[in-house]
Amino acid sequence: MTPELGHFALILALIAALAQTLVPAWGLWKGNARAQAVASSAAQVQFLLIAVSFAALTWAFIQKDFSVAYVADNSHSKLPLVYRISAVWGAHEGSLLLWGLMLSGWTLAVSLFNRRLPAELSATAIAVLGAVSTGFLLFMLITSNPFERIYPVPLEGRDLNPLLQDPGLIIHPPMLYMGYVGFSVAFAYAIAALITGKLDAAWVRWTRPWTTAAWAFLTMGITLGSWWAYNELGWGGWWFWDPVENASFMPWLAGTALIHSLAVTEKRGLLKSWTVLLAILAFALSLLGTFLVRSGVLVSVHAFASDPARGVFILGFLAVVIGSALSLYAWRAPKLATDGELRLYSREGLLLLNNVFLVTACFGVLLGTLYPLVVDALALGKISVGPPYFNAIFFPLIAPLFVLVAVGAVTPWKKGEWRSALRRLRGPALLALAVALVLPGLALWLAPVSASFGSKLTVTVATWLALFTLGSAGLEVWQRLRAKRQHGVGTAVALASVPAGAWGMTLSHLGLGLWMLGVAYVTGYGVERDVRLSPGASAELAGYEFAFEGVRESQGPNFTADAAHVTVTRAGRPVADLAPEKRFYPSQRSVMTESGVDARLHRDLYVALGEPLDPQNPNGDWSLRLYYKPAIRLVWLGGVLMFFGGLIALSDRRYRLGARAAAPLPAASLVA
Amino acid sequence: MKYLVPIVVLLGLIALFAVGLTRDPREVPSPLVGKPAPAFALPGLGGTPAQLTPADWRGRTVLVNYFASWCAGCRVEHPLLMQLAREQGVEIVGLAYKDTDADTQAWLDRHGNPYRSVIADTAGSAGLDWGVYGVPETFVVGPDGTILYKQIGPMTPEAWETKIRPLLAGTGKS
Repeated sequence: MTPELGHFALILALIAALAQTLVPAWGLWKGNARAQAVASSAAQVQFLLIAVSFAALTWAFIQKDFSVAYVADNSHSKLPLVYRISAVWGAHEGSLLLWGLMLSGWTLAVSLFNRRLPAELSATAIAVLGAVSTGFLLFMLITSNPFERIYPVPLEGRDLNPLLQDPGLIIHPPMLYMGYVGFSVAFAYAIAALITGKLDAAWVRWTRPWTTAAWAFLTMGITLGSWWAYNELGWGGWWFWDPVENASFMPWLAGTALIHSLAVTEKRGLLKSWTVLLAILAFALSLLGTFLVRSGVLVSVHAFASDPARGVFILGFLAVVIGSALSLYAWRAPKLATDGELRLYSREGLLLLNNVFLVTACFGVLLGTLYPLVVDALALGKISVGPPYFNAIFFPLIAPLFVLVAVGAVTPWKKGEWRSALRRLRGPALLALAVALVLPGLALWLAPVSASFGSKLTVTVATWLALFTLGSAGLEVWQRLRAKRQHGVGTAVALASVPAGAWGMTLSHLGLGLWMLGVAYVTGYGVERDVRLSPGASAELAGYEFAFEGVRESQGPNFTADAAHVTVTRAGRPVADLAPEKRFYPSQRSVMTESGVDARLHRDLYVALGEPLDPQNPNGDWSLRLYYKPAIRLVWLGGVLMFFGGLIALSDRRYRLGARAAAPLPAASLVA
Repeated sequence: MKYLVPIVVLLGLIALFAVGLTRDPREVPSPLVGKPAPAFALPGLGGTPAQLTPADWRGRTVLVNYFASWCAGCRVEHPLLMQLAREQGVEIVGLAYKDTDADTQAWLDRHGNPYRSVIADTAGSAGLDWGVYGVPETFVVGPDGTILYKQIGPMTPEAWETKIRPLLAGTGKS
């Protein structure tokens, strides 16, 4: 019965979503306030219904109800409970349900925190979100019902794709979807601004925290995905420029641009129509990502479901949602134009430059992702665009951003002063240069690897950029502190006076610098080696001695494994014990690599187990792949810092004060 | 006017996707083309010889064909492979993908054996390394062990004439 309950709740949710769209729209047209107020209640009902539906599917997985086709396809009686729960979003239908749950969750949050927003704006935004949700629910109910039964009921499930049986995969999709779907709120506000024609500082203060929240989750989702690929795919890479990775990265680039242009619009009232366009773009790219992954137009390791009928539906949906948004933009945006003056050398000018680089990088990635499709559509054959293209186009475009972080930190709004900026940046720049001249050589001395002159030069330049960013990211906070101290304010009070927004920005920029440092060393000085070893033999890499102790069989809950034991020593001293595995999942007849990793902040030692050279004799020689990955942890640490930076920026008081502006101030706050 | 640019770009993209959807996503290029063939060490069919590796055909251009007795597409291409092996003297190496030795042997007895050697990839591990999406797939491997071409799905006379035969001719073999 439970699956039918879930299905029924989904149908009711569609009705609620329609009500959430149509009733307020009618109210806005007729000027009927009570009809507009329906938006919030309908959104809350819709969330409850989708939550019931999601719970029903989860229950079917927990109960191993193989009469549900989706459960039978993606679960197994021996699958551990935690993976049975995460299997809910392990494939197409369940992913969509999670998408729907997230979307209605964001809408619920909007409806709860919207109390102080002008009623019209709020009703319009929620109606727009309702329209998006209607499309997704229709898509699910027509092409991808997760509750479909099968008869006869299979005795055993086909099991979750072993690639997805990893802790990283439990939280990676929810985080990613939180980000994707979160941009729908900024999108809805942008549409509301276009419709009502009102885009003022209050609108920006409303849009900013939602955008930052979505961006933070997307950052975390991408970071987790990269970490998962590194651990699970056994290739030692952290980013592959795979179409599905690009699909999540493009909205991130657009969202990052949006965060910065929102700052300009809030502080200076400039770039209004550009900000609105970016808000539409960020969400359009999220939908595009869904289309690319779900339709199968581009094949990648991630595209676990492809079905042309689904592709046609999503394409139609994309055309309707983004097409109408951009038509509205073409019609209404000219009214948002501002005639304020923008000097290039000012903070807003630098932020505009930042936007130019980010959006160009975003289009570069888009072009590379879609190019195979273009070539195919023009019947020129099938080609794939690989990492060389993306690295060549992406890194030169983002390198200037690191300098912009530094220059932006010492440049005031409205009008900058070259000389004072140069004077204040001289210290960090020279210090970064001094370290950048020493650090790459030191790294090579500590762990000797052979690197070409070109990669040494690249590492040095990248080190300088990263350290310059790290050193100057703190300037904003430091200047605020110094100004306070000059007025005789104590350090503790001065620290407390720095707004959360400034702390969040600083932390995110520090994350950016660490990311760059990690990327520089892992790509410049990372080395790998394919070896064949007999038990007891050893191989050397980057000054580390990897000794292969042999392989024994072990038994997991739903797999059997060849578990190897590799001990690593350096100059005779023990460093690490690694246990790479080769797992065989009988239910799917597939073999997975579980790499053995010893992680330190400055380097990872990574071993992937290959094949026994004689399959009849597992005690004989094995092929192994050894990796030395300097500073790779910084790549993810950077992402984590950006995530927390986003969360801290969210808590900035001015977003709440802005919301409370209409209410009388409580006595306590008058002291400040 | 400039406010119309985004919608025009979107319309172009949608037209592109609409065409893209009519294409077959299974026809994908292999990232392995131009790279050395991944190594494996697997037994021949029935356990003899005990071990075969790509090094065994070093110096010759061969077709490496992943097939299985349970695969319908393999039946389709089978007569063509027979003809190539018999009439043109093409060396074809067969990898029995995720199949039992008994089933493979029965299938070959029934339909004929075009393969110079048959390798049992029972667990599909070599297929995993070679990036096999599904059977049948055929790789052209050059004398230096480089993958020159990959045919996804059944081999067709057209693919043989236009893509594969020139590759074999180019290395002094027809």
